[in-house]
Amino acid sequence: MKIAISATGNDLCSTLDARFGRTSQFIIYDLDNDSYISVDNEQNLTSAQGAGIQSAQTIIKAEAEAVITGNVGPNAFRTLTAGNVDIYLGTGLTVQEAIDKFKNGTLQKASGNNVEGHWM
Amino acid sequence: MQISIASGKGGTGKTTIATNLAYFLKKQNKTVTLLDCDVEEPNCHLFLHPTWTSTEKSTSKIPLVNMSKCIKCGRCGDICHFGAIANIKDTVLVFPELCHGCGGCSIVCPTGAITESEKEIGDVQTGTADGLEIVQGLLKVGEPMSPPLIRSVKKYANTDDEFVIVDCPPGTSCPVIESLKNSDFILLITEPTPFGLNDLKLAVDVVNELKIPFAVGINRSTIGDSTVWDYCKEQNIPIILEIPHDRHIARAYSEGILLLKALPQYEEKFADILEHIKEVLPS
Amino acid sequence: MKELIIISGKGGTGKTSIVASLANIFDNKVLADCDVDAADLHLILNPDFKIKKEFWSGKTAYIYKDKCTQCSKCQELCRFDAISANFAIDKIACEGCGVCAYFCPQDAIDMRENLAGHVFLSNTVHGSMVHAKLGAGEDNSGKLVTEVRKHAKQKAEENNIPLILVDGPPGIGCPVIASITGADNILIVTEPTLSSLHDLERVVNLANYFHIKPFVCINKIDINPSKVSEIVEKCAELEIEIIGKIPYDEDITKAQVKKQSIVEFNQESQAAKEIISMANELKRRLNI
Repeated sequence: MKIAISATGNDLCSTLDARFGRTSQFIIYDLDNDSYISVDNEQNLTSAQGAGIQSAQTIIKAEAEAVITGNVGPNAFRTLTAGNVDIYLGTGLTVQEAIDKFKNGTLQKASGNNVEGHWM
Repeated sequence: MQISIASGKGGTGKTTIATNLAYFLKKQNKTVTLLDCDVEEPNCHLFLHPTWTSTEKSTSKIPLVNMSKCIKCGRCGDICHFGAIANIKDTVLVFPELCHGCGGCSIVCPTGAITESEKEIGDVQTGTADGLEIVQGLLKVGEPMSPPLIRSVKKYANTDDEFVIVDCPPGTSCPVIESLKNSDFILLITEPTPFGLNDLKLAVDVVNELKIPFAVGINRSTIGDSTVWDYCKEQNIPIILEIPHDRHIARAYSEGILLLKALPQYEEKFADILEHIKEVLPS
Repeated sequence: MKELIIISGKGGTGKTSIVASLANIFDNKVLADCDVDAADLHLILNPDFKIKKEFWSGKTAYIYKDKCTQCSKCQELCRFDAISANFAIDKIACEGCGVCAYFCPQDAIDMRENLAGHVFLSNTVHGSMVHAKLGAGEDNSGKLVTEVRKHAKQKAEENNIPLILVDGPPGIGCPVIASITGADNILIVTEPTLSSLHDLERVVNLANYFHIKPFVCINKIDINPSKVSEIVEKCAELEIEIIGKIPYDEDITKAQVKKQSIVEFNQESQAAKEIISMANELKRRLNI
């Protein structure tokens, strides 16, 4: 199973980015063989909104089944849910710490968006 | 004839000029419709106290997907420039607040799975005050896109009327352009201050782009400095209205009393505006 | 890091004059002018326009005359009346949806990116300032506002600055929504007029929609004392705190003509004193 983590850098030492839509990249971590890749979170938007939807599409394409991030708005939540991606919330962690917490089941699972729609 | 009242800066007196001009024309036995296109904050009604005779919901088109006909080809997501429709695994998601209503997805869908439904963007209210027809748009709170609502308001303009007066929103971007479209004449209201001058220049840039005849009106003309006059002279822009800073005007305005009702001596100023417009527009 | 956004609903209530004064009073902050339609803060703060960044946004259709066979398919499909009878694109009407380009049987239409404005990263005597200019008649001011806020945040983060002070746009539409979403503090500047009272309620509703509790300041209080009481009542009803009452002062216009804020121009004026006391209140509330 693969999980995605919104991150400020491209390795496991980088910190978790609380932003989902505007994170610069995602670490896609494969739990089956403890390997990972980083994926640029490229945005191609005409409006100031919609970043969360595109981020969600990016990690669905990368075949992640769960994502760890800080904040998820309503559109990102809808998109992730449609893509059968579970959402876990964390803050102030490194990517490695987030993965460890995910493995031992101590991350909180989001049952809805935890922030309102926003344009940042 | 459509006369639009606009300004780059907010709070310069657009609504005061628009409502009083409409009132003045009506008093001259002209047929007049006043369109309040400042749909984010429509205020003409506060001075004219119209009796609203009808309220219609204004809507914009959004796609409606029938999943039983969808073959998941992904073309709807590809054509949308606004990210308003997304193909996710076994489903198609629509994000109404991102949709501009271009209809591309429904046209491109090969199986007819996408039809269009409507989302509410605000109300268009029509009413009368002392024989003056008034139409205003009222944008739904939280709805970002006002141009479609402005378009709906403008559809209510009675083409048989001798005058259509448009009160525009402040600024220089899309809602202003939408309001100014099809104007025969534009009156830009400003104040003689550095902010007023700066915003007037921005508004002049926009109006020049639209190639519509225009003039400037200076409100609170006795405050500030002379740079607005200097600029207009240099650019050959006629100044056809000057209203002094007058506590009585501010007071009447604050109470929602029409300037010409409180201080009828200002009628002449509005007569002058019409004289000027007649000169530049021979028809 | 805190962000304080000054908005008003109705234009011309004195937002920018108040922001310019606060810029003078608050110590360590980044300034941002989000009224990208009609930016005025630079007229007082005199930024150096140090870095100019292009703002590309949205697309406009372009028809290659040599490929076009005038089949009129594009005109039929365009919902924005952006293609004239002689197949010219009305750049202002074009929404950038790309439907014409997608369906053109001759492949004669391109969608071209717009240079919609510029963002400026500047220095002022009161600290860094981010501001912008939207091209005449361009749309997408909301996205430009987002750019301005993004750069202001970056600047604050890089230099560990605790406050971003934002001059917001009037209204309740796209640029205002872009200015306040995700922000933690809003100051609404209103004035004792019927129009402003009416707009106050709509802008408070907008803030509530985004779960932000605003503060209110009443400017030009002596225009109409009875309307001041109505605002006070309205704020009580909406459960919003009034943290400043500023008198009308001709010195504010005089200061503007001198390209100064009122607190620089005449610190002893009643308006300046009230603004200073409001600023102290804000410092306490925001814990800065």
